[in-house]
Amino acid sequence: MTTKPIALKILDLATILLLLVATGLVFFFAPLERVMGLVQKVFYFHVAAGWVGMLGFLVAAVVGGIYLARGDRKWDIVGLAAVEIGMAFAFINVVTGSIWARPIWNTWWTWDPRLTTATIMLLIYAAYLMLRSGIEDPDRRARFGAVYAIVGFISVPLTFFSARLFRTIHPVVIGTNQPGAEGAFDMTADMRLVFFFSLFTFSVIFVDLLWHRIRLGQLQDQVEQLKLKFNV
Amino acid sequence: METQKIEKSAPLVESVLSVESPPARSGFLRALWAIIWKDLAAELRSRELLSAMLVFALLVILIFNFALELDAQTRFNVAAGVLWVTFAFAGTLGLNRSMAMEKDRGCMDGLLLAPVDRSAIYFGKMFGNLIFMLLVEIIVLPVYSLLYNVNLFQPGLIVVTLLGSIGYVAVGTLLASMAVQTRTRDILLPILLFPVMIPLFIAAVKASGGFLQGIPMDEIWPWLNLLLVYDMVFIAVAFMVFDYIVEE
Repeated sequence: MTTKPIALKILDLATILLLLVATGLVFFFAPLERVMGLVQKVFYFHVAAGWVGMLGFLVAAVVGGIYLARGDRKWDIVGLAAVEIGMAFAFINVVTGSIWARPIWNTWWTWDPRLTTATIMLLIYAAYLMLRSGIEDPDRRARFGAVYAIVGFISVPLTFFSARLFRTIHPVVIGTNQPGAEGAFDMTADMRLVFFFSLFTFSVIFVDLLWHRIRLGQLQDQVEQLKLKFNV
Repeated sequence: METQKIEKSAPLVESVLSVESPPARSGFLRALWAIIWKDLAAELRSRELLSAMLVFALLVILIFNFALELDAQTRFNVAAGVLWVTFAFAGTLGLNRSMAMEKDRGCMDGLLLAPVDRSAIYFGKMFGNLIFMLLVEIIVLPVYSLLYNVNLFQPGLIVVTLLGSIGYVAVGTLLASMAVQTRTRDILLPILLFPVMIPLFIAAVKASGGFLQGIPMDEIWPWLNLLLVYDMVFIAVAFMVFDYIVEE
């Protein structure tokens, strides 16, 4: 437990390498988009970060269900880890989106369904962390966290649909665009390659961070138990 | 032929009787009713909750009046929004109080010790909260109509109010029973509740606004459907997870 497993060390190295390659590909391999120019390059990491954010929240909801069914502490540690990582990446997603929106939409922010949903999602998981911090009993904290992760995750698609019934201007790069989307473009084969490589890279980053965070959670647990044992 | 007929009708008679005879189901309904009645009786004697919710709701409307300069045209467009914000705020007050009452006086332990299904406790508290919410709405809606000269007595609007309130208390009761068990309970409930509640608010505001402005029905249906889906999904989820929240 005290030493880092070799598999994790290898994964760390692989993650760093992948991220370097992905950055290189984005800047030197992906072709320049004709209308938007350089700022379009934010797209590769923007979507990838959003994907990792959603993945984190999905994992949290799933392990929440497993925790409620099994009652094993380790699933709670995984759930918290996934939410924390999900929040960080969802935030990166919003910030990179804003950087892109300033020149393309001529505003940092607009109340588009995706933007609205992303913000509300961040608020849900901020509430999740506040809920956890308000409970001392670890068992209850885990149960309530699991319940809220499930309830929160179920509300996200509903929020998206309700906001989408308004008109949207966010471009849909994968799949068909709605009329009225601004800043849309079609990906060339090279762009698609870089895009999927970024998605893959970010997924690996997610696994790597999740592993680290779970180890941290387990260590925290051990410290708690030692404190209880020696009455510090 | 005659005997066959009698034989055929016999199971029917049996099934009609059996609806009432198993103790489990009637026990569930009786427990449900007992919990609702307990909340109503406590409220009838103290009148704490309802009066607080009501005064608060009227205050919120008053504040909106000055904050938004509700002149004739604006008033017409924002009526739905003002009403739902009012219900949402007054609702948290009621939810907090209703669960805090159980926790503070140790009533929750008593309820949990009672030999009834846990879901009866959830649905009992939920219906109790729903009744308080509807009572507030029954008073606020006419007062709002009177103050601002907007006709709110439309069947469509009443359906939306009912659907919206059901969804609100379904999630609200679940989250309030979590919030009262935390250190920061009064502050926590709205923070837990509102982000999850956003789809319900959007749909309710849009549907009520649609009815008020006389928008054709086929543009309102998507919102009504969303309200229905929200209610069903969250009642089902709350029903499944409530056990884990009151577990000791």
